[in-house]
Amino acid sequence: MIKIWLAEIPPRGRLYLGLLLAALLAAPLFIDGYALSVLVLVFYFAYLGQAWNIMMGFAGQLSLGHALYFGLGAYTGAALYVHFGLSPWLGMLAGGAVAAAAGAAIGALGFRFKIGGVYFAILTIAFAEFTRILFDHWLWVGGSGGFFLPVTGGRGGNDLLGLRGSPTMFYYVWLAATIGVLILCRALLSSRLGYFWLAIREDQEAAQALGINTFRYKIFAVMLSAALTAFGGVLYAFYNNNLFPSAIFSITRSIDMLLGAIIGGVGTLMGPIIGAFILTPLGEALTVLLEPLRDLGIKLDGIKQVFYGLCVVVIVVFQRRGVWPWLWRKLGLDGGAK
Amino acid sequence: MSGLVVRGISKRFRGLQAVKAVSFDVPERGLIGLIGPNGAGKTTTFNLIAGVFTPDEGEITFNGRRLNGMRPDQVCAAGIARTFQIVRPFGELTVEDNVLVGCLHAEPDVTAARRSAVAILERLGLAAKRNQVAASLTLPDRKRLEVARALGTKPKLLLLDEVMAGLRPTEVDLMVGFFREINRDTGITILLIEHVMRAVMALAQHVVVLNHGEKIAEGTPEQVVRDPAVLECYLGEEAV
Amino acid sequence: MPIEVYLNQIASGALTGLIYGLSALGLSVIFGVCKIVNFAHGEMMVIAMYAALLAFQWFGLDPLVSIPLVCALLFAAGYALQAGLINRLIDVPDHMQFILLAAIAIAMVSGCLMIFGPNAQNVQLDYAYDSYEIGPLLLDKVRVLAGIAAISVAGLLAAFFRWTWIGKAICACGDNIVGARVTGLNVKHLFALAFGLGSVCIGAAGCILLLLVDVQPFLAVEYTLLAFVVVIVGGLGSLTGALLAGVLIGVSEALAGLFIQPSLKSMFSFGLLILVLLFRPQGLVGKRA
Repeated sequence: MIKIWLAEIPPRGRLYLGLLLAALLAAPLFIDGYALSVLVLVFYFAYLGQAWNIMMGFAGQLSLGHALYFGLGAYTGAALYVHFGLSPWLGMLAGGAVAAAAGAAIGALGFRFKIGGVYFAILTIAFAEFTRILFDHWLWVGGSGGFFLPVTGGRGGNDLLGLRGSPTMFYYVWLAATIGVLILCRALLSSRLGYFWLAIREDQEAAQALGINTFRYKIFAVMLSAALTAFGGVLYAFYNNNLFPSAIFSITRSIDMLLGAIIGGVGTLMGPIIGAFILTPLGEALTVLLEPLRDLGIKLDGIKQVFYGLCVVVIVVFQRRGVWPWLWRKLGLDGGAK
Repeated sequence: MSGLVVRGISKRFRGLQAVKAVSFDVPERGLIGLIGPNGAGKTTTFNLIAGVFTPDEGEITFNGRRLNGMRPDQVCAAGIARTFQIVRPFGELTVEDNVLVGCLHAEPDVTAARRSAVAILERLGLAAKRNQVAASLTLPDRKRLEVARALGTKPKLLLLDEVMAGLRPTEVDLMVGFFREINRDTGITILLIEHVMRAVMALAQHVVVLNHGEKIAEGTPEQVVRDPAVLECYLGEEAV
Repeated sequence: MPIEVYLNQIASGALTGLIYGLSALGLSVIFGVCKIVNFAHGEMMVIAMYAALLAFQWFGLDPLVSIPLVCALLFAAGYALQAGLINRLIDVPDHMQFILLAAIAIAMVSGCLMIFGPNAQNVQLDYAYDSYEIGPLLLDKVRVLAGIAAISVAGLLAAFFRWTWIGKAICACGDNIVGARVTGLNVKHLFALAFGLGSVCIGAAGCILLLLVDVQPFLAVEYTLLAFVVVIVGGLGSLTGALLAGVLIGVSEALAGLFIQPSLKSMFSFGLLILVLLFRPQGLVGKRA
C-alpha cells in the first residue's frame, strides 16, 4: 500500500520527503536540549493538527472544543497510572475510548438535533468548558490544584513501555505518532470512509441522496478524531508530568491545536505538519528576538499567541487554502496535489 | 404491485399546500414524465419520494416496500437515486471522485468502484474531464455529472429533476438517446421532471401533469398535450 | 437563611445580568446584521475595561463618565475591523470567518497580557461601599448605577434602530442584503456601522462592569462564552431576548453562588447553553427560523 502511495508522489517530492525524514531521525544527535524541545512542540502541534483535520478537513465538522478530548485522554492515562499503576499504553486505549465515547455523545446530540456549522462549534466549546469546571472540582485527579505524575526515569533510564525517559525518547515517540497519523490519514483518504467524508464535507444533502448515512459517518469522524487527540493527550501527560484543568481544557488549547492545520491547509495531508513547522519555530524565534523588550516592561508571555493570531489573519486574507498547496507548487511538485 | 406506487400524498408547508392528494404509478422499466408549470409541486413530489420530506398524508411504496418516513440514504439503499434540480456537485472533488462516491454505495471496493465510475463517465461523455475538479465544470456538464453520480449507485429507479434544462437541442437529443439506451439495456425505471417538452415527448411513455399541487391529467404524451386542462394551465386560457 | 438574603441575591444578580444583557446585545447586533459570529467579543470587552481603567488611573475618570470616550474608541475599532478586514471576506466559508475572529481574539487577549500582565486590577471609587435601602433590599450603589447605565445604553440603541434613518437602513441590511443593495444602500458602510454599534455596546458594558469586577486578560474568554450563552438562550437577533436572558443568567449565577460553590456557577450557564442549543436553538424568546 505505502509503495503505491509513494509512487503517486512526484520523484522530487519523494526526495524532499526522504531528506526531511532522515534529517528528523538524525536531529537529536546534532541539536541541543532547547532545540529538541522546540521540535517536540512542533510534532505536538503537527500530530494534534492532523487529528483535528480529520474532523474538519475531511468530514467538514468544525470543532473548537478539542481540548476536551485531549484532556480526557491526558487525565484518563495519568489517573490510571497514578492510582492503579496501569501502563500508559493501556491508558492510551482507555483514554481513547473515553474520548471517543464523549465525541460520539456530543456528535450524536449535535447531529441528531441538526445543529450545524458555527452552532455546533459553540456546542463543542460549551462541553469543553463544562468539563474544565468539573475537573477543577474533582479532587480524585487533583482538582484545580493540579495532578502530578511521579518523575522517576530521568536521564539514561529510558523506559519506553512505561513512557518514562529523556526528552530524546519523547522526541522519537512524538515523531512516530506524527508519521503514524500521516499514514493513517493517507489510507483514510483513499478509502470508502474517506470518500464518504469528503462528500459529506462538500454537500451533506447530496451525499445523503447517494445513500450515505451522513449521521453515522459524521459520528465516526468525531470518534476517530477524538480518540487520536486523546492519544496525544496521554503522551503530553507523560511528557509534561503535570496537568491543570485550566490549562488542559482551555479554549486556548483547542484553538492552538487547529492553528497549524489552518496555516498549512485544511483538508490536506501535509498541511497540519507544514503549519506546525512554520508556526512553532517562528514563534520561538520571535520570543528570543524580542527578548530586549522585556527590559522596557513588556511581558513576552503572550507574544507567540499574538503572532499565531496574526498569521491566521494573513492566511485567511491572502492564502485561504493554506501554505501547503502554494508550497507544493513552489517546490515544483505540481500535478495532483494531495 | 411492483415499481413505484404513489397514493394520495399531500404535503403542506405552513400555509402553502405544495402537494395535494397526488397519486400515480411508475411501473417497472417504465419511462414516466412529470410535468407542470413552475410551482406545481413537482420537485416537492420528488423530495417526498426521495425521503427529504415525509408526506403528511398518503403512501409511497417501491416494489411493495413502504418509503414513508425513510431517510434519503435509506431510500437510495432501496434502489432509488435522484438528481437535484439545482445541481450539487462535490465542488472540490474531481469529476471522477464525484461519481466514485456514488459507485461506492453499490461497490464497497474502491478499485472496482473507480472502474465503474470511469465506465459511467465514458458513457456520458465526461471521461475527458474526469480529473478536473467538479467546480470547474460548465452547467450542462454539471447536469451530466448529477446523472452520472446517481447512476453510480446502480439504482432500479432514477429520479431526474430537470437534467436537460440549459442544454442545446442537439445535446438534449443525445441525452434522450442515452436514457432510452440505459432504459432498454439495463431495465432501469426513469421518472423525470422536465420543462423541455422536446425531451418529454421523445422519452416518456406516460406523462403525469401537476398544477397547484394537484394532478390534473395523465396519459400518453399525445393525449396530454391535447388535454384542455393542461393547455389552460400551460398556455393560459386564451390559447384554448 | 432569612428570605432577605435571597431577595438581595436575586436583585443584585438581576442588576449584574443587565450588564451581561447589554454586552450580549453587542454580539447580537453584529450577528444580526453582518452575520458574523464575533468570537473576539469578550476580548473587545476586556480591552474596553482596560481603556476605562487607564482613564481612571491617568485622569481619575469614573468608568461611568468615560463610557462615551471608550465607546467612541470601540466604535472606531469595530468599524475599522469590519471595513478593513471582514468586508473583504464576505465569500469566505463561515467556519473560516469564525476561525479568523478566534485568531484575532487570541492575538487581542495575548496582547493585553503583554501590556498589562496577568494580575487583576480595579478602580477604587469613593462610593464603592455605599448602598441603598429599598424596602427589605439592601443594594450596592455601584450595582444600581451599573444596572441603570446598562438599561440606558440598551434603550438608546433600541431608539436608534427604531427611529433614525440610518438605524432603519442597518436593520434593512440585516433582513435582506440583496434588497438593501438594490435600493441603493451602501451595504459595506452600513455593515461597518453595525459592527461599530455592536462594539459600542461592548464598550459600554465593559466600562460598567469595571465597577463590579477586577479586570484581567483571561476574563476575555469567559465573557465571550457568557455572551454566547446569553444570546443563544435569549435568541439570536432579539434585543429584549438578550436583556431577559442576561437577567436570567445573572440571577441564576447569583443563586448558584449562594447554594453551591461560587466557582461552579458558570457550569450552570454552560449546562443551560447546551440544553438550549439542543432543544430550543432559536432561543427562549426567539422565533423559529
